[in-house]
Amino acid sequence: MLADWPLLSLVVWLPILGGIVVLLSGDKGDAEGTRRLALGFSLLTFLLSLGLYTGFDVNTADMQFVERFEWISTFNIFYHFGIDGISMPLIILTTFTTVLVILAGWEVIKVRPSQYMAAFLIMEGLMVGVFAALDSIFFYVFWEAMLIPMFIIIGVWGGPRRVYATIKFFIYTFFGSVFMLVAMIYMYYQSGSFAILDMHTMKLGMTEQTFIFIAFLMAFAVKVPMWPVHTWLPDAHVEAPTGGSVILAAIMLKIGGYGFLRFSLPITPDASSSLDWLIILMSLIAVVYIGFVALVQTDMKKLVAYSSIAHMGFVTLGLFVVFRIWANPANTDISGAAMAIEGAMIQMISHGFISGAMFLMIGVLYDRMHSREINDYGGVVNTMPVFAAFAVFFAMSNAGLPGTSGFVGEFMVIIASFKANFWFAFLAATTLILGAAYTLWMVKRVFYGEIKNDNVKALQDINSRELMIMATLAVAVLALGLWPAPVVDVMHASVNNLLQHIAVSKL
Amino acid sequence: MTLDMLNYTVAWPEIFLLAITCLVLVVDVYLKDENRNVSYVLAQFGLIITLLLLVMTDSAEKTVAFNGHFVSDAMASVLKIFIVAVVATIFVYSRDYLKQREIFKGEFYVLGLFATLGMMMMVSAYSFLSLYLGLELLSLSLYAMVAFNRDNSNASEAAMKYFVLGAIASGMLLYGMSMIYGATGSLEITQVAASIADQKHNSMVLVFGLVFLVVGMAFKLGAVPFHMWIPDVYQGAPTIVTSFIATAPKIAGFAMIMRLLVEGMGGMHGDWQMMLVILSVLSMAIGNIVAIAQTNLKRMLAYSTISHVGFLVLGILAGTSEGYSAAMFYTLTYALMSLGGFGMIILLTRSGYEAENIDDFKGLNQRSPWFAFMMLILMFSMAGVPPTVGFWAKLAVLQAVISIDMLWLALVAVFFSIIGVFYYLRIIKIMYFDKNEDNAPIQKGHDMQLAISVNGLAILALGLYPAGLMALCASIFA
Repeated sequence: MLADWPLLSLVVWLPILGGIVVLLSGDKGDAEGTRRLALGFSLLTFLLSLGLYTGFDVNTADMQFVERFEWISTFNIFYHFGIDGISMPLIILTTFTTVLVILAGWEVIKVRPSQYMAAFLIMEGLMVGVFAALDSIFFYVFWEAMLIPMFIIIGVWGGPRRVYATIKFFIYTFFGSVFMLVAMIYMYYQSGSFAILDMHTMKLGMTEQTFIFIAFLMAFAVKVPMWPVHTWLPDAHVEAPTGGSVILAAIMLKIGGYGFLRFSLPITPDASSSLDWLIILMSLIAVVYIGFVALVQTDMKKLVAYSSIAHMGFVTLGLFVVFRIWANPANTDISGAAMAIEGAMIQMISHGFISGAMFLMIGVLYDRMHSREINDYGGVVNTMPVFAAFAVFFAMSNAGLPGTSGFVGEFMVIIASFKANFWFAFLAATTLILGAAYTLWMVKRVFYGEIKNDNVKALQDINSRELMIMATLAVAVLALGLWPAPVVDVMHASVNNLLQHIAVSKL
Repeated sequence: MTLDMLNYTVAWPEIFLLAITCLVLVVDVYLKDENRNVSYVLAQFGLIITLLLLVMTDSAEKTVAFNGHFVSDAMASVLKIFIVAVVATIFVYSRDYLKQREIFKGEFYVLGLFATLGMMMMVSAYSFLSLYLGLELLSLSLYAMVAFNRDNSNASEAAMKYFVLGAIASGMLLYGMSMIYGATGSLEITQVAASIADQKHNSMVLVFGLVFLVVGMAFKLGAVPFHMWIPDVYQGAPTIVTSFIATAPKIAGFAMIMRLLVEGMGGMHGDWQMMLVILSVLSMAIGNIVAIAQTNLKRMLAYSTISHVGFLVLGILAGTSEGYSAAMFYTLTYALMSLGGFGMIILLTRSGYEAENIDDFKGLNQRSPWFAFMMLILMFSMAGVPPTVGFWAKLAVLQAVISIDMLWLALVAVFFSIIGVFYYLRIIKIMYFDKNEDNAPIQKGHDMQLAISVNGLAILALGLYPAGLMALCASIFA
């Protein structure tokens, strides 16, 4: 029965509609009602999005839940939704994270709570739209529109340097994406269609491919973000309110990775293949260099932000190491390449949980102490034992402890890299040391040792709302770490299809 | 020659508007100051009837009247409907603004109606003579409107500047027209086109004439390097007059380019394309970069207009039917955005307070979340961020440029639009992120508040479903 509904449209438009309702409920009445309304909408959206999982056919790489209507006939633009195994897990990650973010902002946001909740709900709908859109202009509309609520969230509810951070965030992303728009229009003139799947099959010469690849790279590299265009991220993360940081880290960065999978690789396979060294280089620099940068941070949020960049380096490494695996004559089957891509996908989802959890943890501390400086803390475990237990758990998973989801993705990418080149794997594996070093050192300084000052002494342990959020995330991290098969199965057909597609030259 | 041969029925809307304008002029003389609303209502009534007449006589058929001086076709109908609707909206915005400045006079409406008539003439002109007549009727009315608040020295200075530079531009245009007349032997646009196609002309004189025409039009539209008057006039004129100058005349200006360059000189596309490329790139560059430095919102919007003119010209220079429809879409939606932008400034004014500095919008989200949201939509639309209509306008012109293999021009355009985003974002920053310093409630009537809400929501609605208007524009040039 559920399969007959336009489920994707519902998951996109219900939160947007909910956002408008929440906005209209205003800030004059009781904030409690507003929050409940927002939570209700986000929960309903999450439940609906589960229908995408239960109704999903894992045996096909075709698009499912397709909806296609003419939107702008003059330019052949369609209202075109559909998902495959690559986008579906990311949609569920989005709806899941939004529920937690709404809960996390429950009592904390005192300034104009209805606008805050509405911004997150609207953004949820737009982000799902990005993952579900199959028409490139339709995709672009969601992709850009998504910036507006985020711009407002950082700017209104952010920290002291919020204005600088949010404008930097907006301009960086806008800068990247307009060139992607030009590439899309160019391809429209070559193929007569804006449909992404038509772009996958269209023939393109090497020069065109290279330019299109670079245009897409500008858009997605900023979003991921890859070294050297990552500098907006630490600023945005530090200044954003907790919820904003969580959405940024857990979902917005994934949109960059998704873009590589949906656009760069299948549309420009030959350019991707010839320029893979560039991406691999940038990824390895992100893993190693940014890992060292994270080590010296004194601000907890900044530390986690840099750790995000390093972890996202694994994603881009996994996506582009594929070509080197094929280039290596020792490998004849495609399983190594599939492992690289699936590892990158798992890494994206896992990083969504873990980075979300890390930022929520910092939010818990910040709400109580109004400081993110590591030096202001010490001995928190004495006053917040339950919280400290969760913190250590998430820190371990951030460092890639086996049994947690952080391990699975990194392990798969490192194994796949071995099949390409020993040195790729060697450099990538340094993250196991660096990640452990910066995360655990932070935990040591914040949680262990003597109680450092009276503020720490006065700390209250987490309440039941915070406990619920932490526990949910901990279960997710453990589940994905111990039994990733359900997620891998879902994406298997689509990843194999993608690999077969990019193995064929488009010249 | 009898009257019937003139085929005057196609000009009914213009004839009616002229009659009602004269009526307002006469009635207003006999009105006491407290009854000035009668002039306003009469003017609005006249516009609405004109609008109805336009809709009723709307036909895609091309009809020529007045011995080839006047044409009624699909483009003319659509543009005129938009012009009249925009002017009617400005009149709604004007009432409280003028009352608060104690200049609520009938002359404002009379001049506005005459300007409207001039614009309708320009849109329907089919010879150089009638086009020039329409243009001068528009310009002279605008000069007087800029000086309308005569005790204000800024406004008087702006009017003087506008008049002098406007007169030079008219002179250029006239000079160009006379050269083309000399080369082709006709003032009628169809015959000029025919003569160019036959190559029975003196091409040297013709090219010179073309250059003067382009310069004159660039002056009127405000394309760099002929833009100097725009910032001063926009800033100096009373805001309501600025909103008039910035909206409807742009639509008429688009029609003027279409009639002169495309219909008349279409055979010389290769000659004028390069001139327009230069105008367009310079306008986008100077407009967007200089706008960043402004602290006065009217001046900032003036530079933003210049950059939008650059984008609009991109569509025309493509020289394809797609390009023309893209430029038309851009013009119409830009008029809507500009109307909203200046409307927001007018909304926040009160007696003795002009709200024209960017800082006057500080903390608007705390004072009035609804209107802050409207301004947010308008600013994102001007910046070209989806899901607002400004994005589709930019997309359409970019497509036109890419379709003629001028990829570099598209890249230049998007590059400057990135710079442009910065100053639009600054307005949003001021409204949403800064502290409120001014708690005065909005002192404008419900009619204006409703009109500006409709204006803002139209930008959003057109952004979500642009297909209708796009198809309309495309059908005209198909």
